[in-house]
Amino acid sequence: MIRKSKGMKIFNVINILIMIGVILMTVYPFINILARSVSSEAFINAGAVNIIPKGLNFDAYWLCVTNPGFGRGYFNTIYYTVVTVIVCLVMTVLCAYPLSKRDLPGRSILVKFIMFTMFFGGGMIPQFLLVRALHMYDTLWAIIIPGCISVWNVLIMITFFQGIPETLEEAGQIDGLGIFGTLWYIVVPLSKPIFATMILFMAVGQWNNWFGPLIYFSDNNKYPVTLFLRNILMASQTLTTSNDSINNILSQDQMPAESLKAASIITVTLPILCLYPFAQKYFVKGITLGSVKG
Amino acid sequence: MKPATTSKTLSPGLGVKIKKNLMRYGGYYVMLILPVVYFIIFKYGPMIGNVLAFRKYSPTSPLLGSEWAGFEYFRQFLTSEDFWIKFKNTLTISITSLVFSFPAPIIFALLLNEIVNLKFKKFVQTASYLPHFISSVVLAGFIFQVTSTNGGIINDIIAALGGEKINFMADPDYFVPIYVISGIWQELGWNAIIYIAAMTGIDQSLYEAGAIDGTNKFSEIIYITLPCIAPTIIISLILSIGGILSVGYEKILLLMNDMNMEKADVISTYVYRMGLINNNYSYSTAVGLFDAVIGLILVCSANLISNKTTGTALW
Repeated sequence: MIRKSKGMKIFNVINILIMIGVILMTVYPFINILARSVSSEAFINAGAVNIIPKGLNFDAYWLCVTNPGFGRGYFNTIYYTVVTVIVCLVMTVLCAYPLSKRDLPGRSILVKFIMFTMFFGGGMIPQFLLVRALHMYDTLWAIIIPGCISVWNVLIMITFFQGIPETLEEAGQIDGLGIFGTLWYIVVPLSKPIFATMILFMAVGQWNNWFGPLIYFSDNNKYPVTLFLRNILMASQTLTTSNDSINNILSQDQMPAESLKAASIITVTLPILCLYPFAQKYFVKGITLGSVKG
Repeated sequence: MKPATTSKTLSPGLGVKIKKNLMRYGGYYVMLILPVVYFIIFKYGPMIGNVLAFRKYSPTSPLLGSEWAGFEYFRQFLTSEDFWIKFKNTLTISITSLVFSFPAPIIFALLLNEIVNLKFKKFVQTASYLPHFISSVVLAGFIFQVTSTNGGIINDIIAALGGEKINFMADPDYFVPIYVISGIWQELGWNAIIYIAAMTGIDQSLYEAGAIDGTNKFSEIIYITLPCIAPTIIISLILSIGGILSVGYEKILLLMNDMNMEKADVISTYVYRMGLINNNYSYSTAVGLFDAVIGLILVCSANLISNKTTGTALW
């Protein structure tokens, strides 16, 4: 008995140490980049900045904010993200709400019809040609519409809607609400947790998107900030071989390249990092719902 | 004469039924119009667009090419040495990922489950989700920084131990480890969510019964926790096996350069380069289709095998 509890104690201590190690490894790159973003270029180039800033200054952030390309990119990203969330959320609800009705005639065929697309897709080139044929090339719809309904999100939402007591909806219908009225006045107000989850997923997806804009936008003024950041990173990787043109953003020698790079990373990442802990209790539930459904 | 009368007697009943159904469900079908149109155009449309793989396409030809080419493009890539290099790279990356990235979140979830202090547990969990939300561009920035020869922590440690600094990004042999380790770093906590959820659903009386039988922590994990979360593990495994040939292009496009390309270039980046950079639409559609069909076969067979042997299946 005593031996067992001693073994448990050792196990617990080791386990806590492992978890601390995981946390340190997880947050290290963030802290490292944060420290570099507020350090002076000389210390960074000497390889002397690790997690503590040296030669504290905020010039890099000022350069970021005042750089027209960065500012425009940031504005574009916010704009694309807001439109994406609205369009995707509406489409996902329109798809999930009817399919959450177990007695809807044809429901199982429709669910199979959408689920098949999870396992077999059209591929990059046919989709690209389709977007171009629909004259969506170089418009924001090219990066929003083709991926606007995720089957996974629909399945999570169906499971959530099915958990809403049927009697509430029936009560609404007795009071004379139609199907759209029931959805708007009864189901939507009860679905805040799942909406919070979906909004987070959709917003993060578009905020972080750079490949879509890269292939669908020919106009630099439409680039989101992630693409701007990518160009900085690729340009500073001396080994870069990217086939597409890279703006020589950092060609001016007086620019503090390293701290600017770090400051851009922080500026791009910060909004999401501030948001996700608040949505956490919702998205953990959301994912769990989805996995129960399988 | 007889069929006519039957249909006459049937039709009012059927008509009423359809009308009743329409009254009751019509609104739902109206809601589904937009999503169904979306799936037809943007999901099934590109699937049909795959016929491009069998047709000659030039910039001036109509959307689905000008004339049939049969299996010409398939023959081209299946006989090209280039393609098999990408094929091998894809398998190397995804199998290494499967071996290391698949069990990692399960182990993490098992260990986290044993943490007694709830506040600490919550904190670890929140921190572990963090990397999931960053863009692959930011991830690439972190990777360049951590592996840098000038102030990168890995090389600093190597130097402190008296070793010689390594230019990780320029050495093809380090590409797969970098890819896999950064993948674990980014998705460890996120992928553990479903396992942690499955564990909280385990009936506590099982552990109590185990305690009476004198189980220790280790046998508790092996004989109670793991069997209880096995269905969740199997479902994730089926999905991972289905994705074995679809190694994502985003991270690779960001990390790839002239020096590590021989190990880094995979099928999806090859499709991108051949199609969108070199405008070889039919050829790269053929490669993409080949990839997608193998993925479908893999996920179906994994599902079938799992269904036969364990009774757990996706569908």
